[in-house]
Amino acid sequence: MTKTSFLKRDEAVGLVILALIIFVVFPVMLDDFRLNLFGKYLTYAFVAIGLVLCWGAGGILSLGQGVFFGLGGYCMAMFLKLEASTPEATAIQSTPGIPDFMDWNQISALPIWWQPFNSFAFTLVAIFVVPAAFAFVIGYAMFRRRVSGVYFAIITQAIAAIATILIVGQQGYTGGVNGITDLRTLMGWDIRPDGAKTTLYFVNGVLLFVCLLVAMAIRKSKFGRVLVAMRDAEDRVRFSGYDVASFKIFIFCVGAMMASVGGAMFTLQVGFMSPTIVGIVPSIEMVIFCAVGGRHSLMGAVYGALLVNWAKTTFSESFPELWLFGLGALFIAVVMAFPNGLAGLFDDYIKPRLRIGRAAPATTPQPAE
Amino acid sequence: MQVGILHSISGTMSISETGSVQAEKLAIEQINAQGGVLGRKIETIQEDGASDWPTFAEKARKLLVNDKVASVMGCWTSASRKAVLPVFEQHNGMLYYPTFYEGLEESPNVIYTGQEATQQIIAGLDWVAREKGAKSFYLLGSDYIWPRTSNKIARKHIEDKLGGEVVGEEYYPLGHTQFNSVINKIRLRKPDVIYAIVVGGSNVAFYKQLKAAGIDMTEEAPLLLTISVTEDEIRGIGGENIEGAYACMKYFQSLENENNQEFVAAFKEMWGDDMVIGDVTQAAYLGPWLWKAAVEKAGSFDVDKVREASPGIELASAPEGYVKIHENHHLWSKTRVGHALADGQYEVVFETDDLVEPDPFPEGYQ
Repeated sequence: MTKTSFLKRDEAVGLVILALIIFVVFPVMLDDFRLNLFGKYLTYAFVAIGLVLCWGAGGILSLGQGVFFGLGGYCMAMFLKLEASTPEATAIQSTPGIPDFMDWNQISALPIWWQPFNSFAFTLVAIFVVPAAFAFVIGYAMFRRRVSGVYFAIITQAIAAIATILIVGQQGYTGGVNGITDLRTLMGWDIRPDGAKTTLYFVNGVLLFVCLLVAMAIRKSKFGRVLVAMRDAEDRVRFSGYDVASFKIFIFCVGAMMASVGGAMFTLQVGFMSPTIVGIVPSIEMVIFCAVGGRHSLMGAVYGALLVNWAKTTFSESFPELWLFGLGALFIAVVMAFPNGLAGLFDDYIKPRLRIGRAAPATTPQPAE
Repeated sequence: MQVGILHSISGTMSISETGSVQAEKLAIEQINAQGGVLGRKIETIQEDGASDWPTFAEKARKLLVNDKVASVMGCWTSASRKAVLPVFEQHNGMLYYPTFYEGLEESPNVIYTGQEATQQIIAGLDWVAREKGAKSFYLLGSDYIWPRTSNKIARKHIEDKLGGEVVGEEYYPLGHTQFNSVINKIRLRKPDVIYAIVVGGSNVAFYKQLKAAGIDMTEEAPLLLTISVTEDEIRGIGGENIEGAYACMKYFQSLENENNQEFVAAFKEMWGDDMVIGDVTQAAYLGPWLWKAAVEKAGSFDVDKVREASPGIELASAPEGYVKIHENHHLWSKTRVGHALADGQYEVVFETDDLVEPDPFPEGYQ
């Protein structure tokens, strides 16, 4: 595969349009409050991109991506919380210098496993390594035993439930159901004012594009082709001599790391982390973002995350008592009317009229597993 | 002039928070009927926190930054309050928070219209020790910050002030429904008092299983004292399952005074005859009235001026009786003990002579 053919023309155009939307249109059109909200939506796009790789390309449906999102978010939150818990700021506590929720739970010293999170470098490494290691363990246990499809989805869902129970139950160490709140500064830089939120929005946007390009590279590589082949006919790939489990573990770890980066950016932009973002419901919502965008399309995933979250906010502001029905109707409409999501809609109706790129029937949508 | 209402009207918390929304809307309607605040009608902007803490933060920011509301009535769980607190402090908003809670907080941007833990706990424990001669206590609760902090205070008070004994202390995850093992332990250790701070859906299982295990609360051996079951929760538990238990809080629907009779009648007229009113619902009702009084005292809707005017604000028309805002933004209020009846109501059997001072950071209890 040569460099010149890395991006097809229509893909390049798509990327430019997306970049324009994220870096120009939104910042110009939206006020600080809305921009921060869209920044939050875009953190879910990281998860959705990871899901396109795992689910759309690899056929691995994970209903537990919230766990990885949460791991990244909690790593970042732990660092920020320690920075906010200086002995001066917490002088009112029985034990000054530890996070406030630990003090409320009669813990009088910082637990050992919290200590490394005093270091920002360690935190950054942890944001990648912790979810990857966790995904590896799950992947190793499942894929080596050839657990797949629905069974894998159910197990990941159970893991999401377990993670929530664990976080809520260990409140002295995790902040429990309240989560880790009242985060203030990142290495001395106050993350709360509007200006900081705008900066974070752009950082988030850049990271998202890095993530998108990495995902595209993976999809176009030989590895990506094996992945698709595995999804469509796993046995044949196995009989051809490929180690199917290793491929699956790898892509699952990549998806986990992407979700984790999204989680870390979520914590920075929203200002806290809590178990409500880890559990079953948010994990399923993340799959919905991916489904609405079109689970075979990486850019579709970004649009899906934006559209669903924007709809959620708008419906709930306009019809606080009825909005859930509106959202439900949207999901039903997507599944019934255009199962390949926004990307499918674009490919079927808009693209033929635009005549951009060569007509490429090679991207025929695949039936759902 | 606009006021925000920010509660969960979808998700798991909506059952609990609906009463607060209804009380706040009733108060604002009554205020408007009397001519509004400083001659201006009050409009409400309602947002749904959806039982999701990031959503609470998002909606709080929307209310303060976009809608520029003068104040917000809202939140129910501590988690949602903790989530919105930085938003209120950053954008200088004013939140009226109705739930009884664990204390350990005193924000210039919040008026706490429910009781903090010491107000609710100490008077009740003193009462069972004095009137019922209780010496041994079994503490149990749902596993999160409020029951844990409350039991910490209760244990200190029992051991240091009452000279009693705590024979057990246990916590169960939110939503837990299997209480048989703790019920067995209670039967084994025979405490004088079961002190229960179980919340939400777990309550239904807990009281039904107690009854099924043959612990008849009307016999008071052991006696059950709770600080978490209001009339709202009894609707789910069933009056017959909790008959004979005692609850300690500041308000019961059956309170006999003119203010309360008017309030209950107005509430039922607006929201239906089958409505019940619990402690938090009444506290939520106080929010708009306290805000109105502070605005009128300040002569301005400006948040800083309202904050400055708030301490010392009195409300003689409160359904629970006279209340007053303390320097620490909590309310001086009376604490009462209610005896649960089979029809789902409480009969008030005790009330403190004086208002109880709020003390969110109690010395000697931490």
